[in-house]
Amino acid sequence: MSFSLIIQYLFSGITSGGIYAIVAIGFNIIYNTTGIINFAQGEFVMLGGMIAITLCHYMPLSAAVACAVAITALVGAFIDFVFIRWLKSPTVLQMVIITIGLSILIREAALHIWDEKVRSLPCFTGNEISSIRLLGAYISPQVLWVLATCAAIVICLNLFFSYTLTGRSMRACSANRTAAALCGINVRNMVTFSFMISAAIGALAGCVVSPIAQTHYDCGTPLAIKGFTVAILGGLGNSTGAVAAGLILGIIEAFSVSVLPMAFKDVIAITILLLVLFFRPTGLFGSRETGALREF
Amino acid sequence: MKLHSLLSAAVMVCFVAGTAMAQTTAKPAAGAAAGAADTAKKTTATTVKAAETSAKTAAAPAKPAAGAAAGAADTAKKTADTAKKAAVAPAAPLPEVPLKAGDPIKIGALFAVTGGASNLGTPEQKTAEMLVEEINARGGIKGHKLLLLIKDSGSDPQKALSLAKQLIEEDRVFAIIGPSTSGETMAMKSLCDQTKTILISCAAADAIVSPLAPYVFKTPQKTSDAIKKIFGEMKKMNITKIAVTSSNTGFGKDGKAQLEKLAPESGIEIVVNEVYEKEATDLTSVLTKVKAANVQAVVNWSIEPAQAILAKNMKQLGFTIPLFQSHGFGNIRYAKEAGEAAEGIIFPAGRLLIADVLPQTNPQKTLLLKYKKDYETKYKEDVSTFGGHAYDAIALLEKALGTATAIEKEKVREALEKITGFVGTAGIFNMSATDHTGLDMNAFEVLTVKGGKFAVYGGK
Repeated sequence: MSFSLIIQYLFSGITSGGIYAIVAIGFNIIYNTTGIINFAQGEFVMLGGMIAITLCHYMPLSAAVACAVAITALVGAFIDFVFIRWLKSPTVLQMVIITIGLSILIREAALHIWDEKVRSLPCFTGNEISSIRLLGAYISPQVLWVLATCAAIVICLNLFFSYTLTGRSMRACSANRTAAALCGINVRNMVTFSFMISAAIGALAGCVVSPIAQTHYDCGTPLAIKGFTVAILGGLGNSTGAVAAGLILGIIEAFSVSVLPMAFKDVIAITILLLVLFFRPTGLFGSRETGALREF
Repeated sequence: MKLHSLLSAAVMVCFVAGTAMAQTTAKPAAGAAAGAADTAKKTTATTVKAAETSAKTAAAPAKPAAGAAAGAADTAKKTADTAKKAAVAPAAPLPEVPLKAGDPIKIGALFAVTGGASNLGTPEQKTAEMLVEEINARGGIKGHKLLLLIKDSGSDPQKALSLAKQLIEEDRVFAIIGPSTSGETMAMKSLCDQTKTILISCAAADAIVSPLAPYVFKTPQKTSDAIKKIFGEMKKMNITKIAVTSSNTGFGKDGKAQLEKLAPESGIEIVVNEVYEKEATDLTSVLTKVKAANVQAVVNWSIEPAQAILAKNMKQLGFTIPLFQSHGFGNIRYAKEAGEAAEGIIFPAGRLLIADVLPQTNPQKTLLLKYKKDYETKYKEDVSTFGGHAYDAIALLEKALGTATAIEKEKVREALEKITGFVGTAGIFNMSATDHTGLDMNAFEVLTVKGGKFAVYGGK
């Protein structure tokens, strides 16, 4: 394999890895507050993309993305307000079933609001065919947007969860609901807030990914499966880990294509993931101590 | 071990199993097969019939396009064989309900309105509704109005099969239009034939009409003709080494198999042959492999949105070789989706997409312009070849109902076989007792994308 070919596979891995990573980050927020996985996360990604595409006809791209993020955050809050807030002490299983149900509901609603057609946002820079030539290989500028967005989200989240009162309160809710409530934290508001952040991040992911991966009412689930896989691989609750794991998975997949038929791509990636989980059940970057304290 | 790790491991195992099944081409629909087996185990009279039907479907043609049906049938067959001894003859035709004066003629319409093939099923459904409305406004056929019963198969062959049973046994329909995809059609081919229900499919795979089933017809052009048309173009361009990419669906598999079969005859060598998931979000890795192989052209066979992604990725990676697509590219939506990257894509398609620029002398021109205008004014969206397949199906049925000596299934079936020189959206139909498509290579025109619009490909 020539050098430029190796670089090309690497870039291709970064492209799909970036998509996995940005979807995976969203899973971590709700997990960090409630200790559950939101199975409707993929639908937030889809909603963000679809809303931005619709608004794009009436306003500039950046405004459309901002509005889409805000609207999806409101949808997230609404979902929590209507379906989750009233549960006294939700168990893991209850929450899983509720969120799976919600994902079906949102998907069907999207089918009726829009239609079955595939759409995509215009590329943020350049157009469909522009690419950057680097070391004899090509990469789409949109991929750089995805990576930059990932980095920005991770930095902001880390600052938010470590240094702000709200962020620390949210983490406290996840560690121990009762203790957090006894300390005067309004657990329910924190959960609503986490749904809003998570929906907003999902929507942002949906917008930056749309020019590459396209958006339609049913695109959330396949994205969420990969995102969920990556979130586990990186260690649940760890956003930096999610990004690293996403890129690792993407690159492994890309290189596997060079030697084996593409049909085996997922098999290889998931086998590696399984091996990691056998030896490090908390994921590559999750710590064993925190893992041991968690219910799920 | 903690619950956390147990749960995540369990989820992963399920996921791997799922992916492995979907990906390994040898067992296309092991998941569906398991489902069919479960159902068959319940062994009520109806489910046994269903299992038998699907077993036969696959056993008879054994073509790759049978896709999901073939997988399901293998398992279902075993269960059915054991159950067969105990009960039931093959699905027998129900006695035909005689049509009284003024009774409507019930037509079942089975389309993939949702799911992966929804961009096929939706225009088909809309077209069918429009055309039936039009026929009824004209006073129907021989004093009978048409009654269209539309069902959504969700692009799922198993669901299509059970809906077909419902249409035949409960609604007692006269004929069925659809389904939209090859996999779905193959799942119900023998059911329709055994129950003597006329089926006019809107799906393309050759396996639907070969081997021939007396009651099964189809309106889209043949896959093999599309490939011959592409190979003909390649010959003119002196292309001998190609890469083939196809999606993991009934249509993709049928195309892949036919490409493999027809390439040696045309002196073309397939150097890279890759299958991708229909939900693929990025195909640069597989294209890197294509790039390393130094081929002269890429042929892609799919009906999914991924065909726009492939086009974009090719341009991003700096490919200069031509991209050939299947007739599944015949929806302007995909060209718009791929934007700049769609320019120069070469694909065979019916003349509907270029109705405006056809010469006045073309016999199809008047019909194509009428359908295009009617559809676009009614639904405010661009017409696609898929809707055209439903148009042809209903128009052919209307013609046969009109010419048949009596409105009885066997008479109408015979009338269908006798239709010649019939101008449809896909081409000029010349049906016969041995040809239930009635279209030849002339139905295709080689098209390209120019300035975001479909245009006739002039050659290089």
